[in-house]
Amino acid sequence: MTAFMPKNVNFLAHGTTVPNPLEQNQDTNHSIGTRARKVDGAAKATGQTLYADDISLPGMLHCKIKRSTRAHARIVAINTAPAETMEGVYAVMVGDELPTKYGIIPWTKDETPLAVGRVRHVGEGVAAVAAVDEETAIRAARAIEVTYEDLPPILSCEEAKKTGDTPETKVNDKAKVGNITKRVDLAFGDTAQAIADSDVVVEGNFYFCGTTHAAIEPHCAIGHMDPRGMLTVISATQVPHYLHRDLAWVLKLPANRIRVIQPAVGGAFGGKSEPFDLEFVVAYLSMKCGRPVKCLYEREEVFYAHRGRHPMDMKMELGATSDGRLKGLRSEIDIDGGAYASFGLITAYYAGQLLTGPVGYENYHFTATRYYTNKPPCGPKRGHGSVQPRFGFEILLDMMAEKLGLDPFEIRRKNFVGNFQETVNGQQMGTLGLNKVLDAVKVASDWDGRKATKQRGRGMGVATSMYISGTNYPIYPNQMPQSSVQVQLDRSGRATIFSGASDIGQGSDSVLATIVCEELGTELGDVKVVSSDTDLTPVDLGAYSSRVTLMMGHAAQEACRNLRKKVQEAVAECWRDDEEAQKFIEPGFKPKDVLLAGGKAFFRYNTELQMPLAKAFQLAEAAHGTLGATGGYRTQMRGGDYRGGTIGSSPAYSCTAHLADVSVDEETGQITIHKIWCAHDCGKALNPVLVEGQIEGSTYMGAAEVALEEMHYGPNPVRQGMLVGPSLLDYRIPTTLDTPAIEALIVEEPDPNGPYGAKEAGEGPLHSSIPAVANAIYDAVGIRLTQLPFSPNKVLAALRAQRAPTPNPDAQPASPLPSTAAAGANDAASTKFVS
Amino acid sequence: MLRMQPFETRFPKSVQEALTDLAELGPKAKICAGGTDVIPNMKHGLHEPDVLVHIGRIAGLSDVAHTGDFLEIGAGVTLHELANHPLVHEHAPGLAVAADAVAGPQLRRMGTLGGNLCLDTRCLYYNQTYFWREALGFCLKKDGSVCHVVQGGKKCVAATSNDTATMLLCLNAEVKIENQQGARWMPLPQLYKADGADNLTLLPTEMLTRVRIPKPDDAIKRKEGFAKLRHRKSIDYPMLSVGVRFDLGADDEIIDAALVVNALAAKPREIKLAPFAGRRLDLKTAQEIAELAQKRCRPLTNICDDPDWRKEMVSVFVKKAIGNATGAVA
Repeated sequence: MTAFMPKNVNFLAHGTTVPNPLEQNQDTNHSIGTRARKVDGAAKATGQTLYADDISLPGMLHCKIKRSTRAHARIVAINTAPAETMEGVYAVMVGDELPTKYGIIPWTKDETPLAVGRVRHVGEGVAAVAAVDEETAIRAARAIEVTYEDLPPILSCEEAKKTGDTPETKVNDKAKVGNITKRVDLAFGDTAQAIADSDVVVEGNFYFCGTTHAAIEPHCAIGHMDPRGMLTVISATQVPHYLHRDLAWVLKLPANRIRVIQPAVGGAFGGKSEPFDLEFVVAYLSMKCGRPVKCLYEREEVFYAHRGRHPMDMKMELGATSDGRLKGLRSEIDIDGGAYASFGLITAYYAGQLLTGPVGYENYHFTATRYYTNKPPCGPKRGHGSVQPRFGFEILLDMMAEKLGLDPFEIRRKNFVGNFQETVNGQQMGTLGLNKVLDAVKVASDWDGRKATKQRGRGMGVATSMYISGTNYPIYPNQMPQSSVQVQLDRSGRATIFSGASDIGQGSDSVLATIVCEELGTELGDVKVVSSDTDLTPVDLGAYSSRVTLMMGHAAQEACRNLRKKVQEAVAECWRDDEEAQKFIEPGFKPKDVLLAGGKAFFRYNTELQMPLAKAFQLAEAAHGTLGATGGYRTQMRGGDYRGGTIGSSPAYSCTAHLADVSVDEETGQITIHKIWCAHDCGKALNPVLVEGQIEGSTYMGAAEVALEEMHYGPNPVRQGMLVGPSLLDYRIPTTLDTPAIEALIVEEPDPNGPYGAKEAGEGPLHSSIPAVANAIYDAVGIRLTQLPFSPNKVLAALRAQRAPTPNPDAQPASPLPSTAAAGANDAASTKFVS
Repeated sequence: MLRMQPFETRFPKSVQEALTDLAELGPKAKICAGGTDVIPNMKHGLHEPDVLVHIGRIAGLSDVAHTGDFLEIGAGVTLHELANHPLVHEHAPGLAVAADAVAGPQLRRMGTLGGNLCLDTRCLYYNQTYFWREALGFCLKKDGSVCHVVQGGKKCVAATSNDTATMLLCLNAEVKIENQQGARWMPLPQLYKADGADNLTLLPTEMLTRVRIPKPDDAIKRKEGFAKLRHRKSIDYPMLSVGVRFDLGADDEIIDAALVVNALAAKPREIKLAPFAGRRLDLKTAQEIAELAQKRCRPLTNICDDPDWRKEMVSVFVKKAIGNATGAVA
C-alpha cells in the first residue's frame, strides 16, 4: 500500500513571494489542514446512505422512456394506444407535450425533454410511460409504436462540415451556419510571424477520442406533484439550481411551486451537470396522474445521456527560439459535439482559453469549431474542454525539449508564466506552484536516478497543466452571489449550515463542516450540514468547473465570522463581569482574545479560562437574539477585454505535474502504467484526505483514457451511429488490477483569492496524466503516439513504422473496428527546423 | 434498470430430481448453477425460460477426487475452488490457472466448472440489451435472421469463451452426461459443435454432471500452460484463450502434445501437434508451433477489437502458454 501513501511536500518557494492569506484572517488553524474523515464517509461505507433510487414514496409509479432506434430520422407517427390500454399503466407522454426548448447555456437552448418531430441520436427519448411497476413500464414502453422516416446520419466532423445546408442534413436547427454549434477564432499577437521567426517548430495532429464519465450510480429521479400543487423533484444531479430553473421553464410552472432535492450522489464527474430527460418526464408524468413517479436509468441509458468528453481533432504548431523560449502556438481544433449543444459553447472556448499557463508563450492563435453530429451529446467531463488540447500541447513541449536538447522540466520552468501575471490571452493568474510541483514529482520519482539506468521498453514522462477554480461569471447572467450559505447556532452548542452546494462524492459537505469548525470552534460531530435542497438551502450554482470549495468556502467563512464575532463579544462581556475570570484577563482584554476551538471558548493567553461552547452560544443568543447569519460569494469581474475573454477567467488557478513510469510490451503492443506521481498545487488543502482522494481519482481517470476507454460508434452499414457495447463490460474502465500505483503529492501555494488560500483539486489533477504517459511511451520505445486511445494495435503499428527503413503506407493504425471515428496517421507528429 | 421476465425456479435436491424436471419441461427450462452466465443473459432477453432449474443445492456435485486413473471433478465445483484445490494444482496445474483467469473474484466464487463448460457463445452483436439488438436489427442467434459479423452469413459465428474448456481439451478430459435413461462418459470435444447459435450437443433433457481427466503414465513428464489475452487483468472475457500440454519423455522429447486456441469461434480450435512428436521442446519448436497456430486461426469481429491484431496475438500467446508450461521458453 505504500504506493498510495500520501505526502505533504514542502519545498522552498521559488521566486515570487506570495502574500499569505492565512495571516489576515485566521491564526488558529486547528481544523483547516487537518486530516479528517468525510462527514458522510461512515454512512456510505456501511451502506446506510440513501441515494435517489433508495427513496420510495407511497403510491409511487415507475417510468420507462421509449428511446429512438435511429440515429437521425423524422418521427412520422407515434402510436401510444397499446401502452395506454395496458393494465397497470397510469400515464403515457410523447415529446410534443413538452415542446419548450431548454439548455444549460442560455444562448443554446436546443433540446426538448423528449424528441419533438425528429430524433437526432440512437437512444434519444421519444415517449414515456408511468406504470405500477418497472416490469409493466418496460413492457408498455416497448409496446409503443414509432414510425420513422430515416434521414442521413451525420457521424463525424468531416461529414458535418460538408452538410447542414438542407433540412435533411442539418442535425440541429440551432446551428446558424451548417452544422456548427460554435466557432471560436481568437488571435493574440502575430502567431504566424512568431512561428516563422522561430528557430525550431514542432507540429502534430492529435486525436482525442470521446470518453464518458461512467459514474457508478446511474441517473435517477422522482417527481411528485402533491395535492397542494407543489412539485418536488428528487434527482441525482450536480446542479439542483439549474434544474430548478429549467423545470419551471419547460413545465411552465412558477419556480416558487417547485422544490428540487439532491440526495447523496454516487459519482457525477460532469455527467449530471445539466437537466436530463428523466427529470422533466417524471415531473410531467406525476402532474398527469397525481402520483409520485420514479425513473432509474439503465446503464445503457447513461451512455446515451452521455455529455462526456468531446472527441477533438487537433492540429498544433509550436515555435521556439534556439534557447528554448516559446514564441507562439497555433492550434486548430474540430470538436465532435453530438446532437445537442450541452455546454458546447463553453467547450469551444475552453479548448483554447485554458492552454495559456502554467507554461506560456508570446503569441497565440486558436480556432475551435464544435459541430453537431448524430451521436449522444458530448458535454463536460472532469477537466471540461481543456484535457484534449493539453494532451497535444504537452507532447509538443516534450518534442520541443528533445529538439532543443533541454530537459523536459527545464523547458517548462523556462516558460513559466509566473505568479500574479497575465497570460497571453489576458487571464489574470494568481499563484501557480509550477516549480514546486515539478520539484515534487522529480524528487519523489527519483527521475535522475532512474534515467541513469534506463533500458528500452520502460520509460518516464512528465507533463504539467493548470485549471480554473470556478468561473468568474455564472452560466446565466445575474448580479447575485454565486454561492450562499446560512448558518444557525443552537443552545446545545451545535452549528447547522445550510448550503445549496452539491456534494457529489467530492466532499463539499465535509469542507463546509471543516470551515464551520475552524471559525466557530465546534467539534466535527457538532456540525450539521444541510445541503442542496432548494426549499431549505440558499443557492449555490452547482458542482461544476471546480468552483465549490473556493466559492462556497468564502460564503461559509463570511457567515461563520459574523457569528463568531457575536459569540466572542458575548463571552468577553461575561468574563469582564466575572470575578473568577478577572484573575486571568487584563484591562486591554478584547473580544478577539476569546478563542473558539475544540468545542470550547478559551481565553487566548491562558486557556485555563474557558467555557463550553454551548454556554458561549447561549450567552451570545441572550445578548444578540437568535443566532443566524448568511454569507455569499461574488466574483470579481476579470478576464480578457474581448468577446469570450471572460470565459476561462477564474478567481484562482491550480497547477499540476504528472510523472508517469510506463512500459511497453513490444510483442503485444500493450502498455503498462506502473506508477504515476501527481503533484498538485491546491493552494491550501483544507482537508488533505479529500485532496489526495481527488488527486488519485483524477489521475486514475486520466490513466483510464490513455489506453482503455473510448465511446466507439459502430461499423454496421445497416444502422449507423450505434454506440458499440454501451455497458461497463464493453466500455472498459480500469479494474483495481489495471490501476497504476498513484502517489498524490500535495503542494500548497496559497492564493489570496481562495478561502484560507485554497484553490481547486477536483479536475486539474486529471489533465497532464495523459500526456505524461504519452511522453513516457516515447521515452520507453521512441514512438510518438498521438491518437487516443493507445490501443495495442496502434502501438504495434507505430513500432512497425519505427522499424521500417522507409515510410510504410501500411503503418496506418486500424481503429479497433472499421468505424466512422477519425483514426488518422499515427506518425502524425513531426518536427521541422526553420533556418 | 434491466429487469428479467417473470420465471419459476425449481430447486431439485438430487440429479434424478433435476433430470425429472428437465424431462418434464424440455426447452422451457434452463439449468442454473452459479447463474453468472444465465442471469445476465436473461436480463438481455437472450434466454426466456419459463423455469430455472437451480442445481446449486444438489449434494455430490462439488467434489474433487481421484477415481481410478482419473482426477474427477463435480460440475458444481466453483471456479474459485477449482483454482485453489490442491489436487487440481497437483494433477492439472494448467486447469487451475485457467479457472483463476475467468472473470473476476466475485464471479469465480459463484460460477461453476459445469457452467463454464456449457457457457453460451458470445458475440459483440448478441450480448447486448433487447433495445440495442432491436436498434441494430436482431441477429440470427436471437430474434433475427442476419449475421452482423459476416455480412450475408447464414451461420452464427458467436464464439466460446470458456477458459476451462481450453485447458480441459488439452488434457483429454471427458464429461459425464446424464439423462433419465442413464449416464455416459463422453470425450469433451464431442460436447461442442461448430454452430454459434447452438454450440452444445447437450439436449435440453440432459445435464453435465462430472468431468474427469486421465492421469498420465508415471514415466511421462507433463507440462501444461495457459495464456489469456484480454485488455483488463480481470473481468474481461478472453479475446484469445490458449492452452498447451506437452508429455515429455526421458530426454525431454515430445511424446504427445495438445494445443487449443479458444474464443475464436463456436467450437474451441484444436491444433494438431502430431508433426512435433519426437522433437525436443525448445525455442525453435515453440516458434514453429506458434506460427502453425497463427496460420490456422482466423479471428472475426465477433469481439470488439481489431481482428488483425488478435490474429497477430495468436502466435504471441501460444508462445506465452508454452513458456508458462515449461517455465523457460518464452
